[in-house]
Amino acid sequence: MNLGLTRELPGTLLVARREIRDQLRDWRILTPIIMLTLFFPLLMNYTARTAVSFVEQYGATIIGDRLIPFLLMVVGFFPISISLVIALESFAGERERLSLEPLLATPLTDTQLYFGKILASLLAPIGAAYLGIFVYLAGLLWRLGWTPTPQLLAQILLLTAAQALLMVTAAVVISTQTTSVRGANLLASFIIIPAAQLIIIESLIMFWGRYTVLWWIVAALLLVSVVLGRMGLHLFNREELLGREFDNVDVRWGAGRFWDGFRGKARSPFIWFRETITHTLPEMPGPLIIMTLAMAAAYIIGFRSASTFTLPEQLFVEERIASVLTDELSNFGFLSTSGWAWIAFNNLRALAIASVLGAFSLGIAAMLLLMAPVGIVGYLAGNFALAGVDTSRLLMALVLPHGLIEIPAAIIAGAAILQLGLAALSLPKGSSLGASWLVALGKWARLLLALVIPLLLVAAALEVFVTPRVAAALLAGP
Amino acid sequence: MPALIETHSLTKQFGDLVAVDDVSLRVEAGEILALLGPNGAGKTTTIRMLASILRPTRGWVRVAGFDTAVDAAKVRHQVGLLTEHHGLYTRMKAREYLAYFGSIYGLDPDQSAQRAVELLDRFGLSDAYNQRLGQYSKGMRQKLAMARALLHDPEVLLLDEPTSAMDPESARMVRESILGLRSGNRAIVVCTHNLHEAEALADRIAIIRRGGIVAQGTADQLMQDYLGSPIMELKVAGQLDGAARLLPEGVQIREQGYDWFRFQASDPEQINPQIIENMAAAGVRIVTLSEVKRSLEDVYLSVMQREAQE
Repeated sequence: MNLGLTRELPGTLLVARREIRDQLRDWRILTPIIMLTLFFPLLMNYTARTAVSFVEQYGATIIGDRLIPFLLMVVGFFPISISLVIALESFAGERERLSLEPLLATPLTDTQLYFGKILASLLAPIGAAYLGIFVYLAGLLWRLGWTPTPQLLAQILLLTAAQALLMVTAAVVISTQTTSVRGANLLASFIIIPAAQLIIIESLIMFWGRYTVLWWIVAALLLVSVVLGRMGLHLFNREELLGREFDNVDVRWGAGRFWDGFRGKARSPFIWFRETITHTLPEMPGPLIIMTLAMAAAYIIGFRSASTFTLPEQLFVEERIASVLTDELSNFGFLSTSGWAWIAFNNLRALAIASVLGAFSLGIAAMLLLMAPVGIVGYLAGNFALAGVDTSRLLMALVLPHGLIEIPAAIIAGAAILQLGLAALSLPKGSSLGASWLVALGKWARLLLALVIPLLLVAAALEVFVTPRVAAALLAGP
Repeated sequence: MPALIETHSLTKQFGDLVAVDDVSLRVEAGEILALLGPNGAGKTTTIRMLASILRPTRGWVRVAGFDTAVDAAKVRHQVGLLTEHHGLYTRMKAREYLAYFGSIYGLDPDQSAQRAVELLDRFGLSDAYNQRLGQYSKGMRQKLAMARALLHDPEVLLLDEPTSAMDPESARMVRESILGLRSGNRAIVVCTHNLHEAEALADRIAIIRRGGIVAQGTADQLMQDYLGSPIMELKVAGQLDGAARLLPEGVQIREQGYDWFRFQASDPEQINPQIIENMAAAGVRIVTLSEVKRSLEDVYLSVMQREAQE
């Protein structure tokens, strides 16, 4: 490992040094860095002071207390957002300007080129961000006498670096999939949208005052960066960079790869269905285990949250539940075909949303979305338990009849979406990102069509026609 | 002579497309090989495999004794590549640019600077040593890219369209430089569309079409193989007036005019004196008897036509 590092480091530093020197000669990069490093922190400083003095008039000091750390995070984030532009320029730009091939013809290794460019994309923006943070803090100390706790400062510095690393590693993956900066900029929405969502989440956490969660975010960002870095290293090699054409839409080729995944080797619908169960499903033990554990975790988290966020006990009186089941089910659309259609539609809609969100988040958002209903069931079960109701009987009555079908369907659906993300992360040797992902998309469609959708339709029927009757029988009492 | 470049059944496939198909080449030290072919024929892909940038799908390449698939870094140390597009960093100065590549090739800074000065001088760029590359003309950029390829004094030089962006004077300077680079321990491959350039530079020529080598040899060999025996033109004083009947057996008349005709014979060294004797004996006064100049272009077009028919 050390030998490898010693061998790779000189070339890496050579590449990084040249790129940084080049950046510092480019006014398009230099101007925003200077603006965001020096003027923006001063503006934020003014904003913080004005806001604090304004809210203090009304005794709402907590808003000021939360605003100052939030602006600290913002001051750090703005300069590092340039790292995305620099990385796209460094990877896709160099390829577009055709200056990459002379480098590829030198003895530099793919690893040296990759890490050299990563380093060059990170150093200037992170340096600018840290400088901006200290300009902001110096202003606050001078005008308000405010200093951050060492923990908060460490969190913000690490968070800033981790966000930059994430954007840069993601930018490399994107850049390897196109031969032009224009194409890379278009694809960059796959980074900008999640990054914007992340900033919103971080803002909410900071205004909520749950700073400990920031450690988890830093850890998650570093983890995803490592995964993306590994993927980038796999994609950034001479063969991939010069051996493929990306910018042309080849519908026939794309459809062929999708069909490979969707049909497999099946020659009839029966064999296709049988092989979905015997081949496609067993091919993804990892995602299936992850989804099963995630569902169990969602239930446990939901159940335990009940003790923190307890609902009023009177809502959980067993007699009241029984009367609802016996008297008012038809009012809710239960025991009717329209009720079945409504539930089936909602389940399928959730599946579609999970798939779309999963495409932007390597399957993680899909997993969280599919965990939510199980978490809610756990939360309600927790509240029932606190109210002294027999939870196991309740679950058997209200969840088990359709849950036996619906939960496995959700696990398979989530696993198929996770598999889509994993297909992008662990590419088979010689396979491109696009080909690998399209095959996985074909398998996702196969699993949905053969198993998940039929299971959800059956589960909806059970939920509407069977579960209420079982519930009524079990809970109505003598 | 040892082969500095040797390929065997070299094949490169991108998905369903076979870009290079079963190419076997051998370039010895001191030799210049020109690779000719239309756009998309597979020249650049072949060059990239020789430079160990792309891996062959099948077959192998040995450069300076190293297998490109096994010892890629060693191969790249021995190869100087002039890419089809110069690909310079326009915000750098020539001095910095060459120093950067010198350090990549592990040259000592002083040695690198000295070599840079020599090369820039050779290509007439001494005055532009401290100029930013963005200010260079197309031809200057191409010459600087040549200097980059030569910086580490490589044993194998691969030149993809070396004079494509140059004015005639610069192109001539570069061509002369390439000829000057021929040495007993260096092999050069030149990819070009310029048939006159190939003829002027190359010891051997390989014509590539749809990924495969369709003709290979010296210019004379290729002319013999594809255009047949040399064509001679005989011009007489006055009207031809049946003089063609005086030609010996085996001579084929290709074209004729008022006072001239062109003929082809398998053995001109035997036939030509006989023709002169016959004409003199019949009182026909010969003005000139000369070989019609044939160009590589004729060979190239003939090869392409023949391949298209097949």
